[in-house]
Amino acid sequence: MLTVDEIRKDFPILSRKINGKQYAYLDNTTTTHKPLSVIKTMTDFLKKENSSVNRGVYYLSQKATARCEETREKVQRFINAKREEEVVFTKGTTEAINLVATSFGSTLKKGDEVIITEMEHHANIVPWQQVCLSQGAIFKVIPFSDSGMLDQEAFDRLLSHKTKIVAITHCSNVLGTINSIKKMVEKAHKYGAKVLIDGAQAIQHLPIDVQDLDCDFYCFSGHKLYGPTGIGILYGKYELLSMMPPYQTGGDMIDIVTFEKTTFKETPYKFEAGTSAIVEIIGLGATIDYLENIGYETITLLEVPLLEYAMSELKQIEGISIYGSAAKRAGIISFNIDGVHAHDAGTIFDDEGVALRVGHHCAQPIMTHFGIPATIRASIGFYNTKEEIDKFIIGVKKIKEFFK
Amino acid sequence: MSRLKKLYESTILDHNKNPRNFRVISPCSNSSHGKNPLCGDDYFVFLDIKEGIIEDISFHGSGCAISMSSGSLMTTHLKGKTVDYAYQNKDVFLKMVSKDMTSEEKKILGKLSVFEGVKDYPVRVKCAALVWRALEDALGKNKGEISTE
Repeated sequence: MLTVDEIRKDFPILSRKINGKQYAYLDNTTTTHKPLSVIKTMTDFLKKENSSVNRGVYYLSQKATARCEETREKVQRFINAKREEEVVFTKGTTEAINLVATSFGSTLKKGDEVIITEMEHHANIVPWQQVCLSQGAIFKVIPFSDSGMLDQEAFDRLLSHKTKIVAITHCSNVLGTINSIKKMVEKAHKYGAKVLIDGAQAIQHLPIDVQDLDCDFYCFSGHKLYGPTGIGILYGKYELLSMMPPYQTGGDMIDIVTFEKTTFKETPYKFEAGTSAIVEIIGLGATIDYLENIGYETITLLEVPLLEYAMSELKQIEGISIYGSAAKRAGIISFNIDGVHAHDAGTIFDDEGVALRVGHHCAQPIMTHFGIPATIRASIGFYNTKEEIDKFIIGVKKIKEFFK
Repeated sequence: MSRLKKLYESTILDHNKNPRNFRVISPCSNSSHGKNPLCGDDYFVFLDIKEGIIEDISFHGSGCAISMSSGSLMTTHLKGKTVDYAYQNKDVFLKMVSKDMTSEEKKILGKLSVFEGVKDYPVRVKCAALVWRALEDALGKNKGEISTE
């Protein structure tokens, strides 16, 4: 097994100093750093192979096209999709969800129902709320308990033959909860509803098998997976993507254009209008190579002890409120220090060289649930160390002292 | 810690813990609601103005230490002063949190110059500015709502 010291050599940014102090990066839920192999693949492409895809008859363009399609194949294997056509390149998770909400959502009729959960981030709330408004569909929400678990009985009550789509996060970006997706997909399918899983947070921690989950759509972003920004994936079952209308129209996604009529390509190309994020797609391919080489087993073995250590250290400090205590969880810890606003804490952590996130984490309904304006959130990646957790804990103690 | 100590000056920490004029004035002549949606700072500013004089001023709401102490010190500073004085101080205060001040401007602000350290923390400028923006809004129209993001 690779050690954390070996892994850290792949991430040059981790050895940076901030304010003269060794930088501890605990904001992996917001974005992750990129290994050298990804950076090199992207810069090498720009230096030696740059060209557009799907249009040139010259050598480099054909090569770029092939490399993008190679990434599609790698993603297919990485999430165990049945076929390559089920993998659509998007800008990120947000665009992937918007694509489904707009395209699949256009089939919603008045009185149809859409179910989401109370623990979604805005990207898996607003697109559904808007499509319900435009289609006259009904928007329903599965609540969660204070421990951060979805209320499965409420879900049973909300489900009916009117339910057309259920959109659930695989892992909460605030509470860290990993939801029982497989069970929920099974329940929804009994009513003929389709299920979209927001995998933005889950995929950096867990291996994803879309066939095993049997979800209809699965979305994730490259940049939360140690890869580039500007590239994300929509997985959709072939039969669904085939019947769905295009999301955006324009170049690349068309078959024949006349002023009377336009015909479109088949999936996935009909969903990829305009020039793709070529460099980022190729970078995502290198990201998958990197992660497959490390393996999820190693990722779990590195992350879980850090999460347990951070939690036990934090719980020993008086006057700390932790939000979310699900048994099955990822390395995401949201908390507040009594009497200290999260933003003041964030500034002091920054001064200590600890980078983490303070605020509502694009999940205002979770803040509303707990009746708080914001939380401090530390999130762990496989390259983090025990020393970094110690720095974080020292930071918490300093903040308490500062505002006592 | 020195840059940090300058930001969280002892007067600021004191006004955060024990905010002055932290109450609702009802009825009042002017008021506004100021919010920073990104961090959740949320305050109301209330004024009772008679013949161009701020006879009473208060604020109420929740937020970080910088925004809370800014409300406390602003209301302390402006009570009993003219509306023109409030406008002038608002302009100088908003300049102070992002740019260097002249010594004359420093004199105008008096105790409020404890917020000078904010300019070293660009992401915190909106915290210090929020109640002042709400004040500006309240003075301009009788009642309103503003956001500094």
